[in-house]
Amino acid sequence: MSDEMAARPIVRVRDLMFTRGKRAIFDGVSLDIPRGKITAIMGPSGCGKTTLLRMIGGQLRPASGLVEVDGTEVPTLSRRELMRLRRKFGMLFQSGALLTDLSVFDNVAYPIREHTSLSEQLVRHLVLMKLQAVGLRAAADLMPSELSGGMARRVALARAIALDPALIMYDEPFAGQDPISMGVLVRLIKELNDALHMTSIVVSHDVHETASIADYIYVLSRGEVVGHGTPEALANSSSEWVRQFMDALPDGPVPFHYPGTSLADDFRAAGAAAGAPRR
Amino acid sequence: MSEIRGGVIGGALQRLGRGVIDAVSRLGRAQLFLNQTLVSMPAGALRPREWIRQTYSVGVLSLVIILVSGLFVGMVLGLQGYNTLVNFGAEESLGVLVALSLVRELGPVVAALLFAGRAGSALTAEIGLMKATEQLSAMEMMAVDPFERVVVPRFIAGIVSMPLLAAIFSVVGVYGGYFIGVDLLGVDSGAFWSQMTAAVSFYDDVLNGVIKSVVFGVAVTWIAVFEGYDTAPTSEGIGRATTRTVVHASLAVLGLDFILTALMFD
Repeated sequence: MSDEMAARPIVRVRDLMFTRGKRAIFDGVSLDIPRGKITAIMGPSGCGKTTLLRMIGGQLRPASGLVEVDGTEVPTLSRRELMRLRRKFGMLFQSGALLTDLSVFDNVAYPIREHTSLSEQLVRHLVLMKLQAVGLRAAADLMPSELSGGMARRVALARAIALDPALIMYDEPFAGQDPISMGVLVRLIKELNDALHMTSIVVSHDVHETASIADYIYVLSRGEVVGHGTPEALANSSSEWVRQFMDALPDGPVPFHYPGTSLADDFRAAGAAAGAPRR
Repeated sequence: MSEIRGGVIGGALQRLGRGVIDAVSRLGRAQLFLNQTLVSMPAGALRPREWIRQTYSVGVLSLVIILVSGLFVGMVLGLQGYNTLVNFGAEESLGVLVALSLVRELGPVVAALLFAGRAGSALTAEIGLMKATEQLSAMEMMAVDPFERVVVPRFIAGIVSMPLLAAIFSVVGVYGGYFIGVDLLGVDSGAFWSQMTAAVSFYDDVLNGVIKSVVFGVAVTWIAVFEGYDTAPTSEGIGRATTRTVVHASLAVLGLDFILTALMFD
């Protein structure tokens, strides 16, 4: 790889637009994911963080704008080219998304068996190494239904790194985890990123955990990037949006109330309906 | 007053329009889904382990209900047929009546209806749940085509299983009719079999029955797998999709049966 390639960000997003129904999910989002770093994408629930990952992975197409991974424009790829690109990816789903009819071992072996023709002996070695890395080698024979939530996510992590991807995407890795599992996952994400020289994208709304390992943070809200910088820079940011999110304030630029008509209007409408003479 | 009536009619029209648009777009998605399935068919067929496993869960596990139902349908045919035929002294033709009813109609149709209820609903629920728990998404992100891995093996399994189940249904049914007619009501055993073999034609009756069951197999499996793949990823969505599979597949079987019968036995 030339120096120029190495310096280029692995993911470039420019002026991304996307609407679902009448709601604009993205309204001109631009960001870069540098190689070898952990980049966090944060923001309140429903701000389109997961949608962004799906666009990088090519599962959704933007209405307009550029999504470029490793120099190729994702939305223009054919199904076959997309499949080839995705072999460089690992993705950790929020639910783990383990295949429920396969054991832990077979789940981790799945991508290896699908995409390589390694001997069963070698597959076994690889799988045990990956499971060892997440601390679950002894759980290899369990079925997904026998795992706790935290264990399922670690198995899914072992599966995501099975083929040593260049880019790994974490969708809410900390959501719904107890403090111990959370600590384990935080450490794993950091260690795997450094040891395997991967690029990591962490989508999350858990401020402290994410800020403790991220090299760079983008804060999304209402379809726009409302702030970005290193964790230290964001902690000292004066932007109202960033303040509200980082300090967990209930009200601010993101209103406490779901937008709609005022309460008084609603009462008046209800009163009018109840008081109206029956026809 | 007139304003309200206009509102009611307008609302009804709106609902009608929405219903039609939904139905047409669903048909379109089902067609695209079938195209994609056919494109992935060769690659999926090259994974025999996968579709043999599915044939087990779709076909072999449906055997009990097919055997029991086939036996009882045959026994009922034997009873009803005997009671009518004996009035004309034609009870020796019982074998013909039972065999033709089963091979031409009841075998393929009832087996397909049972198949829709037993295997079709399971296919829809399984694929729907795989979608709801992001397993299909995860496969895509692992660069594994869910059509090759999930859809095509189940599709092949359904098409392979359906004619076999229908044939088993007919055979068991004939023995059910034999049991009632010959063993219990005293029809002559030789006449039962010889009249049957003389009257049932392999090409006109048996083969047409097999063709019917293949067509039903394609229709039921297509509907079941599509509904699972197209489901809204919620518990309510999966429930509705499963219901739709059973209802639509049953209606499709009965409708197709009429068309095929009209074409085959005119």
